[in-house]
Amino acid sequence: MRISPDQLILWQHGIFKLNSTIVTSWVLMVFLTVGAMLITRRLAHTAKVSGWQSFLEIIVTGINTQIKEAGLAQPEKYIGFIGTLFLFIATSSICTIIPGYEPPTGSLSTTAALALSVFIAVPFFGIASQGLSGYLKSYAQPTVIMLPFNIISEFSRTLAMAIRLFGNMMSGGMIVGILLSITPFLFPIVMTGLGLLTGMVQAYIFSILATVYIAGAIQARKVSPQITTKG
Amino acid sequence: MDSMTYIAVASIVTAGITTGFGCLGPALGEGYSVATALKSLAQQPDAASTITRTLFVGLAMIESTAIYCFVVSMILIFANPFWNHAIAAAGH
Repeated sequence: MRISPDQLILWQHGIFKLNSTIVTSWVLMVFLTVGAMLITRRLAHTAKVSGWQSFLEIIVTGINTQIKEAGLAQPEKYIGFIGTLFLFIATSSICTIIPGYEPPTGSLSTTAALALSVFIAVPFFGIASQGLSGYLKSYAQPTVIMLPFNIISEFSRTLAMAIRLFGNMMSGGMIVGILLSITPFLFPIVMTGLGLLTGMVQAYIFSILATVYIAGAIQARKVSPQITTKG
Repeated sequence: MDSMTYIAVASIVTAGITTGFGCLGPALGEGYSVATALKSLAQQPDAASTITRTLFVGLAMIESTAIYCFVVSMILIFANPFWNHAIAAAGH
């Protein structure tokens, strides 16, 4: 039994291996990019708006509202990063309704890459917002004694984000696989439906956590964010 | 018993114990947090969106400990490094 789509190798030439994770994530990236380009090519400002444009507007407005509610006052600056994370994870879990598809987020390499990009984005936005010294000071925030713990939490929450997404997506596929061998027909369908819900919740959680971490980095001294979390 | 059997027995038993205890703690924690969230929802229905969002994030946080245990037991069963090492050592 495979525990990650990394082990499903579709094409191999010498040392170059093309596994299922790479192929599905590139297909998803092309799908999202081309879809967004096709829809935004002819944007209408009049009262008559095409259905696809309304669809994208709903998504963008919804993500903006969520980012604002989680503690970032100017969501337009961050939606490019957080919205991309959300859309990629959400699409990769919704596509599990396609037969033979394995979500690329069910591989630890994909989730580790996503978590690493959050790990880099947090100091990036923090320094852009309050300067290098201001950001570095936020590590010694309540007292200097907390300095090592703040640094440890920076790493541990990155690890936690990667493992959480990987574990949830992997467990969904694995439970369906195990149930197929025990009780076929009905229960795997129910668990697939539950897996879709879990995938959406995990996409939401991942992007909200990224938002909360960025919010904690840019406004560490002003207001404490609404949700304080430890990794 | 040879070393392969020892490794297999230890891995399977440990995987079961890991998942068992790893589900026990988060289940208690999630039950308590959902009960508290419902209580505060009943007291303050206006704050429903904030409470629900914080509850979801918190539940994912709690659940991730169960997921860690699940990942560890899956590694022990399906991708056991000690088992692979013993097979490699037996091959030589």
